[in-house]
Amino acid sequence: MAFNIKALPKKNYIMPGNAACPGCPENIGLKFVSMALGEKATLVVPAGCTSVIQGLWPRQGTSMPVLNIVFAAAASAASGLSRALRIRGKDDIVVVWAGDGGTADIGLQALSGAAERGEDFIYICVDNEAYMNTGIQRSSLTPHGAWTTTTHRGNPGRKKPLPQIVAAHRVPYVATASIGYPWDFISKLKKAASIKGFKYIHLHAPCPVGWRFDPGLTVKIAQLAVETGAWILYEHENGKLKLNPPSNKLVDPSKRKPLEEYIKLQGRFRHLTDRDLEELKKEIEENWREITAILRAQGDL
Amino acid sequence: MALEAEEKTRVRRGTIVPMRGNEAVAYAVKLSRARVVAAYPITPQTIIVEKIDELISKGEMDAEMIHVESEHSALAATYGAAVGGVRAFTATSSHGLMYMYEVLWWVAGSRVPVVMAVVTRAIGAPWNIHVEHSDILSTRDTGWLVAMAENNQEALDLTVMMFRVTEDPRVYLPGIVGLDGFILSHTVEPVEVPDQELVDEFLPPRRQPYTIESGAPIAMGNIIPDEAFEEHRMDMHESMREARRVIEEAGREYGKLTGRDYSGLVECYKCSDADYLFVGIGSWMGDAKIAVDALREKGLRFGALRLRWIRPFPWDELREYGLEKKAVIVLDRSISFGYAGPVFLEVSSALEAKPSMVGVLAGVGGVDVNYEDIVKIAEHVVSLVEEKGRVYVPALWYHLGEFYPMKPGPLPTRKTPRHVNKLLEELWSKKS
Repeated sequence: MAFNIKALPKKNYIMPGNAACPGCPENIGLKFVSMALGEKATLVVPAGCTSVIQGLWPRQGTSMPVLNIVFAAAASAASGLSRALRIRGKDDIVVVWAGDGGTADIGLQALSGAAERGEDFIYICVDNEAYMNTGIQRSSLTPHGAWTTTTHRGNPGRKKPLPQIVAAHRVPYVATASIGYPWDFISKLKKAASIKGFKYIHLHAPCPVGWRFDPGLTVKIAQLAVETGAWILYEHENGKLKLNPPSNKLVDPSKRKPLEEYIKLQGRFRHLTDRDLEELKKEIEENWREITAILRAQGDL
Repeated sequence: MALEAEEKTRVRRGTIVPMRGNEAVAYAVKLSRARVVAAYPITPQTIIVEKIDELISKGEMDAEMIHVESEHSALAATYGAAVGGVRAFTATSSHGLMYMYEVLWWVAGSRVPVVMAVVTRAIGAPWNIHVEHSDILSTRDTGWLVAMAENNQEALDLTVMMFRVTEDPRVYLPGIVGLDGFILSHTVEPVEVPDQELVDEFLPPRRQPYTIESGAPIAMGNIIPDEAFEEHRMDMHESMREARRVIEEAGREYGKLTGRDYSGLVECYKCSDADYLFVGIGSWMGDAKIAVDALREKGLRFGALRLRWIRPFPWDELREYGLEKKAVIVLDRSISFGYAGPVFLEVSSALEAKPSMVGVLAGVGGVDVNYEDIVKIAEHVVSLVEEKGRVYVPALWYHLGEFYPMKPGPLPTRKTPRHVNKLLEELWSKKS
């Protein structure tokens, strides 16, 4: 959805000096949410980093309304909240801001229920690929081979294809995004806000603490994830898939940067064997194969 | 003028309709003008939400139903709606309540009024869908108000009252109305359904401490320093104590409007002049009242004290009616394994074990207990007291007409006469 950057709110909704770590991608992401949705955003936050980032009562590092809620209940609490606000004639945009664990693991059942019922809110999964708030434990969105404090020899599993799982609920809008591409993310938020029903945005959010990289590199790493094809930007609108720039030109593998450029900057992949690297590349290739197959079936490729 | 004044003070009734306990709760929710109901089916709660959905579908009730995928979500969605500023309701039983457990704490700590019905049922394994009080009593420490109905009329009345009490600024805590699975939930009784205008007069528009909505950037539930957390808990405790007064006021006013007075946290049946007292919660206290009459005919002066409210705890009433009795028999429909029934533990602490006290465990998992059983229990306890003088037996199982004293565990031995322990030992060795 096209928008004029000058028309975005100037107000700072995410306060400087809040409790986020240096280089925190969630802080960056939240800032974009408030830029896109402004006064209308009403957040529902399950247990996770953002429970802490808000800061310690009585101070508050966000100037949006926030309903904190137990880990597994973000989508269900948001369902009730959004219904009540609609009943009262309010046009708030209820936004769930949940981590990968709160979405793909413990919160998946509630998410699936809300998606199937077509509840009217935006669900954002801020995917930093592990349980960072409790100290970097593996989640079902941790990529293959990655070190975490519960996978010292590298994650034996593979990243769960969550956006596809949500899209399979046939909700009106599913998109992937990255904190390295604010224009794309804000457009998607604005589009989601204009659609009635269940909207899902999966936001890739590289975490310097958990991924073991320099906090100054957060945005660069987020961009490298996209440029190497490890993270693909796309949207599913009313069942139709569309690649977004710059991922659209990366259908051609020769246009992608080598995966090693993304991997080598991250301590969590330091121990990676050649075999692990091959496995990781295979996984990424499969994601692309799936997407191109759908695009071909749609006649878009 | 005179006519008008008369009209104002006249007890207005409603319409008497035969209905099951679950339907009585559903009508109470409709009359209370709840706007969001979220629930997940579990026996024996299901009729409540089926009936509510029916009322909504027929256009008789203006509310939205959220068909959630679990009880965890049921309470979370109910809570979300309540935080969003509307009256919200859910209902569950047994495993459903267990699945909700963490959300119970979150709701109470948020100080947001929510009302829930708990249709009491045993918790597995093994599977059992019948009445027991393990589920509702496990909510004791969560910060929810807990009331227990004796009959279908009370299930309706307490539900309406619960909305008013929980939404009173002196309370601002959520509340549970308990009704016994099948015995009330699925049994038809005549119930007087109050007129809508009567309930409207009794129940003011919804009040709550805050709402989460745009334009008011309030954050609810974020991290709080330990000292402030402790103060927050102290405040909850104070509000729960304050709830006593609010319940009494609301109960009195409900009585003026309907002729059914609920100003008491307990219901006392012939307990003032009694030598012996039954204490308990729920539907079987109705049988206890019949047992009281039967025992009085036999020359044994019994009374029955029913705890209508479990939280706030009716400490004063218990002491007023219980301290001077020869013996207090506490009827428990669930057990804290290895010790005694939860109601016994509560009552015993209030009475400082001054009178003789016997905790009787019976009717667990829906085993039928009628007034004749209760008479038998009474006679057994009377014979114990007469034979031994003062007794203190925390856990005496009554199962299919037989008594099974539990081997004494962590008893308050300092206060337990040695001969009682000896008697228990004897009984135990005889049994085993």
